[in-house]
Amino acid sequence: MATPPESPIITFTNVGKAKWWQSGIFASQTGYVLLALVALFVVMNFASPYFFTEGNMQNVAKNFSFIAIATLGVTFVIITAGIDLSVGSMMCFSAMITSMVMTHISTPGTPGAEWFVHLAADSKTVIANVPGLILLVSLLAGLGVALMVGLVNGFCIAVLGLSPFVTTLGMLSIVRGLGYVVSNGRGSFPGGPDADYFYALTSGVVFGMPAPFIYLVVLAVAMAVVLHHTSFGRHVFALGGNEKAAALTGISVVRVKVEVYVICALAAGLQGIIISGWLGSAPANMATSYELNVIAAAVIGGANLAGGVGGPLGAIVGCVLLEVIRNGLVLAQVNSYWQQALVGVIIIVAVLVDRIRSRMA
Amino acid sequence: MVTPHVAGQPVLELKGIGKEFGAIRALPGVDMRIFPGEVVGLMGDNGAGKSTLVKIIAGNFPPSHGEIRFDGKAVHFARPIDARAVGIEVVYQDLALADNLTAAANVFLGRELKRKFGPFAFLDHKAMAARALELFGELRSETRPHDLVKQMSGGQRQAVAIARTRLSNAKLVMMDEPTAAISVRQVEQVLSLIHRLKEQGVAVVLISHRMPDVFAVCDRVVVMRRGEKRADKAIGDTSPEEVTSLITGAKEAA
Repeated sequence: MATPPESPIITFTNVGKAKWWQSGIFASQTGYVLLALVALFVVMNFASPYFFTEGNMQNVAKNFSFIAIATLGVTFVIITAGIDLSVGSMMCFSAMITSMVMTHISTPGTPGAEWFVHLAADSKTVIANVPGLILLVSLLAGLGVALMVGLVNGFCIAVLGLSPFVTTLGMLSIVRGLGYVVSNGRGSFPGGPDADYFYALTSGVVFGMPAPFIYLVVLAVAMAVVLHHTSFGRHVFALGGNEKAAALTGISVVRVKVEVYVICALAAGLQGIIISGWLGSAPANMATSYELNVIAAAVIGGANLAGGVGGPLGAIVGCVLLEVIRNGLVLAQVNSYWQQALVGVIIIVAVLVDRIRSRMA
Repeated sequence: MVTPHVAGQPVLELKGIGKEFGAIRALPGVDMRIFPGEVVGLMGDNGAGKSTLVKIIAGNFPPSHGEIRFDGKAVHFARPIDARAVGIEVVYQDLALADNLTAAANVFLGRELKRKFGPFAFLDHKAMAARALELFGELRSETRPHDLVKQMSGGQRQAVAIARTRLSNAKLVMMDEPTAAISVRQVEQVLSLIHRLKEQGVAVVLISHRMPDVFAVCDRVVVMRRGEKRADKAIGDTSPEEVTSLITGAKEAA
C-alpha cells in the first residue's frame, strides 16, 4: 500500500496524554477499593492483635477462596453486561452430583461399580481398581452437569434472546429443585476409597497455604491472561461495551455469550465441589443465596453491571474485603448480625464513589 | 457525468437494483456506477431509499432484483461479512465502537493480530498499536492507539471508525451521516479524512443531510426520492438550490 511520505509520525499538538493516575488501575474502582482494603488491614492490625496471626490469615485466605472462584466466573458474565443468578444453586448441585457419583461407584454391587472397585479378601474392605479414577470420574460428573447448565443458560440467553436475569433466575430454581430431586432432600457425603484424596485436594494445605487459595491464584492468573491477551477476552469486553458494534465487526456474539455462561457455571461447580470438601458433605441447602455474595463481591471489586468493566483482581479484592470485614467484626466482638447490613452499605458506597470519580474526571 | 480524473472500470456498478418488502416497493430499480477515488454524495429525504440501497450494498439484505457488480464481477452478499470480504466497508452512523476499549483495540476488533505460542494464540498488542498509529498517521488524526475511545472527541472517533476500514484496504467505503452529531471543527477533520481516503484511491459514498459537507467534499451527487434516482450529477454542474429542490420534489428530475 502506498504510504504518504510524512506518515506515520503524528504530532500531538492539542491532544494531551492522560496522566498516569488517570489511566489503568489507578483510575478504576478496583484501584481505590484495593486502597480501602489496605487501609482496613492497617486499622485491623491496631484494632486486634489476633488479626495478623498466621492462623487468622490462613482462615481469611480459606474463607474468601470459598466464594472467590465463583466470583471469577460471574465476573466474566458481568463484563458482557449479563448476570448469572444460578451460581449458588450450581455450587450445590455440582457438589451433590460429585459426592453422589463418588459414593455410588464406590459401593460394590451397584450397577457400574464393578469397573471401579472390588472387595478385598476379607469381603469388607473396598479397594479401588485404579486409585484416583473414582475421584476423576466423580469430579468430571460434577463439572459435567455444570457444563450442561451453562450451555442451557447460554442457549436461552444468546440464541433465544431471553433476558439473562430471568433465565438465570429460573435456572436458580430449576437447579436447586433438581438437587432436591436427586438427593430426595438429604445431603450426600463423599465416600469410598478415594474420599481421602478428595479431602486432600479440596481442604488440604499446600506449602502452608489452603489448597483452594492456590486454585484461586492459578485461575485468577489464567483469567487475567485470557481477558487481556487473547481475542476471546477482547471480544468479551467488546460485547459488554457495545454489543451491536461487536456484532457488526464480525464477532460471533452468540458463541462468546454461550462461552461466558459455561465458564461461569463451571467456576461455580468447581467452587461448590471445593466447599463440599471443606464441609465434608453436600447438604441440599448448601450455598443458598451465595449468588448474592458472589455478585456483591464482583461489584464491590469494580465489575460494572452495565458491562465492559471488570477483572480477576477486582473479583478477588471484593471477596477479600467482604471476608476481612466479616472477620474483623468477629475479632472486634461486634454482633455478627451487623455484617450483612455493612456489606450492603459497602456495595452502595463503592459504586457511589465510582460515580463521583467519573463525574469529576 | 463522470469527473475527468476517474475513468475506466467502475469499482461498484448497480444494475436495476430493487427491493420490495411485502407489498411495499422500497426501491423500484436503481442504476449507479462508482469509480475508484471518487466521492459520491448520496442525498435524499428520510424514506427516500438511501438506507435501503446502502444496506443492500453492505450485504445486510439481498436485493429483490437487479445485479451488483464489484470490480467487474457479479457479487451476491448473504451477510455483511461477505461484502467486507470483497472490499466494501461501512462506517455506521453510531460508529460501532466499543467505548471501553482502546483505539487500537477498536480498529482491530474482530480481526486481532495474534502470535502463536504452541497451541495458544495471544494478542500481539505491539503490532496492533504500531499499525493503528500508522493508520491514524495516514488519516492525519491526532489519535493515540492506547487511549480509550470513551475519552475521545467525535472527530477522533470518526478516525478510529475510518481507520478500521483501511485495515483491509477496502475499495469502497460507505459512510452513513458521519457529520451529523459532531462539532464544526470536527466536521472539518472528518471531511479531511474523506480526502485522505480519496487520495489513496478509495471510492467513498457519503450519505448525508448536510448540503455544505456534500458540496465541500464530493465529486458527484446522487439524489434519491421515493426510491428512485432523480439526479446523478457532477458537483460542478449543480447547486445546493437545485439539489434541495430535487430532494423535496419541487423539481422532479435532473
